[in-house]
Amino acid sequence: MINLYALPLVFLSLAAAPMLLGVINRVKAISAGRKGQPLLQVYFDLLKLLRKAAVYSRTTTWIFRAGPVISLAGLGAALLMVPWGGIPATVSFAGDFILLFYLLGIGRFFVIVAALDTGSSFEGMGASREAFFSALTEPILFAVLITLVRLTDELSLTDLFYQVTPILWTSSGAALILLVVILLILLLTENSRIPVDDPTTHLELTMIHEVMVLDHSGPDFAFVLYGSALKLWIFSALLAGLIIPVRSGSVLTDGLAFLSGMLAISVIVGIVESTMARLRLLFVPRMLVGATAIAAVCIYLTLK
Amino acid sequence: MNIILIALIVMVIGGAGTLLVRSSPKTAAALGQGSAVAGAGLGLFAAVSVLFSSHSAEAIRLSWSVPYGSFYIEVDALSAFFLLPIFLLTGLAAVYGGRYLSDPKWDARLGSHWAFFNLLAASMVLVVVARNAILFLVAWEVMALASYFLVTMENERESVQRAGWTYLVATHLGTMALFFFFILMGSEAGSLDFDKFGNISPHHHSSASLFFVLALIGFGTKAGIVPLHVWLPEAHPAAPSHVSAVMSGVMIKTGIYGLIRALMWLGPPPVGWALTLVIVGCVSGILGVLLALMQHDLKRLLAYHSVENIGIICLGLGIGALGQATEQPVLIVLGYGGALLHTLNHAIFKGLLFLGAGSVQHAVHTLDMEHTGGLLRRMPWTGITFLIGAVAICGLPPLNGFISEFMIYFGAFRGMQSLDSFGAAPAIITIVALALIGGLAVACFTKAFGIVFLGEPRSSQAAQARESKAAMCWPMVVLALLRVFIGLSAPLIPAMLKPVLMQVSFIPDSEFPGLFDHIQAPLILIVGISLTFAALAAVLAWLRCKRLAGRIAEDVVTWDCGYASPSSRMQYTASSFAQPFMRLASGMVHLRERLKKPEGFFPTTGSFSTEAPDVIEKGVWTPAFKGAEWLLLRFRWIQTGSIHLYILYIAITLIVLLIWKL
Repeated sequence: MINLYALPLVFLSLAAAPMLLGVINRVKAISAGRKGQPLLQVYFDLLKLLRKAAVYSRTTTWIFRAGPVISLAGLGAALLMVPWGGIPATVSFAGDFILLFYLLGIGRFFVIVAALDTGSSFEGMGASREAFFSALTEPILFAVLITLVRLTDELSLTDLFYQVTPILWTSSGAALILLVVILLILLLTENSRIPVDDPTTHLELTMIHEVMVLDHSGPDFAFVLYGSALKLWIFSALLAGLIIPVRSGSVLTDGLAFLSGMLAISVIVGIVESTMARLRLLFVPRMLVGATAIAAVCIYLTLK
Repeated sequence: MNIILIALIVMVIGGAGTLLVRSSPKTAAALGQGSAVAGAGLGLFAAVSVLFSSHSAEAIRLSWSVPYGSFYIEVDALSAFFLLPIFLLTGLAAVYGGRYLSDPKWDARLGSHWAFFNLLAASMVLVVVARNAILFLVAWEVMALASYFLVTMENERESVQRAGWTYLVATHLGTMALFFFFILMGSEAGSLDFDKFGNISPHHHSSASLFFVLALIGFGTKAGIVPLHVWLPEAHPAAPSHVSAVMSGVMIKTGIYGLIRALMWLGPPPVGWALTLVIVGCVSGILGVLLALMQHDLKRLLAYHSVENIGIICLGLGIGALGQATEQPVLIVLGYGGALLHTLNHAIFKGLLFLGAGSVQHAVHTLDMEHTGGLLRRMPWTGITFLIGAVAICGLPPLNGFISEFMIYFGAFRGMQSLDSFGAAPAIITIVALALIGGLAVACFTKAFGIVFLGEPRSSQAAQARESKAAMCWPMVVLALLRVFIGLSAPLIPAMLKPVLMQVSFIPDSEFPGLFDHIQAPLILIVGISLTFAALAAVLAWLRCKRLAGRIAEDVVTWDCGYASPSSRMQYTASSFAQPFMRLASGMVHLRERLKKPEGFFPTTGSFSTEAPDVIEKGVWTPAFKGAEWLLLRFRWIQTGSIHLYILYIAITLIVLLIWKL
């Protein structure tokens, strides 16, 4: 189903996505007792990068140049299928979430091969870790979807989130709380946030995502940066759809409730980043296996 | 029908002809290639026309002097569907193979090679169209032997001998299960003709599950399901690449064909069979991709990856069987449809990837990924077609792999939506397994593509690699285009699969439009989003070019923390890329690590390498065969070497038989 009237929301998402990073940074600054960078700093960075020229290593081929483009295009296409809580997405069909996560997958594929294209051991290391962690998160993600489908009996994200109402929260609150915990872990992992990865430095050997994009510069790096903002937006939107069960039917009320949910998630991510240290790399798989176990419990709760 | 018979005859006669003219390698190769291509062209035309016409199947039945046998062949929708990849891939592989074997060192073997190649193609066709168990088994055996001789083409190498031997033993173990299966089916049905098999109702006998298990073992060995897969990673790397492409792309699919036929004969399956298929698929898929990830030989990696894809197909069959067991036509259509489409898709992309691997081997003279690198620059056609294959095999949109995986996913989601706990279990396992397989496949193919084609060359051969000749490139390009085409024509796929699905699922014609409504809408929107994705990528690429026009600095080295002269040895290797996965799977996969640490104050050398021997082979088959050997040695005393004693044995046997018959 195509809801063209939801298209403005896609553009709004595109415009607002970098704001999430700004909020997170501000929360981190405040909790560290700093004033912090402007809320719009990410926008300034993007504009600055778009104006710059680019440097390419002799080793790289067109794959390296295509990586950021394809990954951003995948995220942009995926955004069409993300509902704003109770407000329908622009495109929705039964099984749309499969396409959504596979579009993120093709982006990831190209980011990984672009990293390998540089022939650098740093970037190879980042690529290997990204592939490893995303392979572990994929089944968790689908376990979350299984639980949601069993709870709501719907097969498209739009219908599915429309069914996440206060009534559902009262009837199956336990499973939903667990889902929120898992989705938060997934959000932190997939978006390379603390405690899995540290987005603030580029050259630490334990890094995952940032070290993969070490060689990108200029507009390419702007695409990468904007892509990570969009990815954060998509995962936050899924989480917000769960934790804000406001389904009044009015676009204004629902939209504002959704946006406040997004804000709250950014604040939570900021607080997590301010209060936790990054996990040792060896512990990350354990955390993900733990999340898998919780996901299994979730599915079990819906089987009765 | 007649055209397919003609194609069959062309292949057999052409194959026999190459043996006659084998003293002149050029003529033999031309004749062998020519007959394979001509047969494939004819057959492809016939298969397509059967699939798209609404005519009922034609049959040819000739009497045959073999007891219980008859030369009974028929091309129905299911046969025609499997004939498509068989003809397509053998034709393209023949074109490629002519170039691949153009080196004079092969000259002496060209005659027999092309004879067996044609024989393999013809026997695969016959397997798919045979309608009598004896004829089927004969074709099955010819297929096994022809491929054995193709695998052992380089028979002076010890590894090839070993691979051929493993293959020969494995395939015959499978055939043994098939013998039992067909004998039991035949005695139940009173005839060995396939059209009688369909009349056996599962309610008439309690042994249906035994039949199912026999079919699963017999056909599963050919298909390569875990734990019967051990011959695949041995045989595929040993064979010439175009033969690997045919074997991995289509020959193992005859196992899937047999499994589907068996499911049709045995009638509506219980939930237990669906669960069995799903578990088999899940184990094959996950173990296959994990082992693939840990291989550093490109063709071994691809061979293990075939095991994974067979797993995905089994998951689809499981969902279809679940639909039959619980009487949900949507599941039947999605599960079987997804499995069938994935069979075709896998033939296309695995064929392509093996041809690509052959091209790499031709250029670099090795398949060890640690000695390759930077080939995309040197071999652009091989590189880009391999990339398209890699993306498609990971099941990523907008290519064909996604469509079949989507159908299986979608079927599983629909299944667990509406079923109770027991019925939902296979569906839930399917979804989680597919997700894990998908994630690991991305890791596996970013490794395969990234290490082989990107970065700096890791050896002097890789640095001097040249693109293969056109005759090797264009079959790959054709296959690459096909997969983009299938990906974008997804909404037409249900209609294309309809005759096959109608036959497999026994759903009446009138129900299909309603069922397809469920599937058509998502597929149309998937193509829509895929096109949006492509358009967005084009716009972004244009934007990037515009921003960067004339402002690119390209003559610099990769940033390595200010280190000015990075060397190719500093790159991440295949072993290091797979290392986190190896550590995680070390409980499941028996891992061999060789680490030589740099020592002393001025260390000179250090090395690290990993190897993942097949856990099933080491853990199951080696002990099993050791046990069998031990057991058989106990009977050594029977075999004394004295001919008198042997004659006595014969006499005793005859007398016992006589008494028994009395």
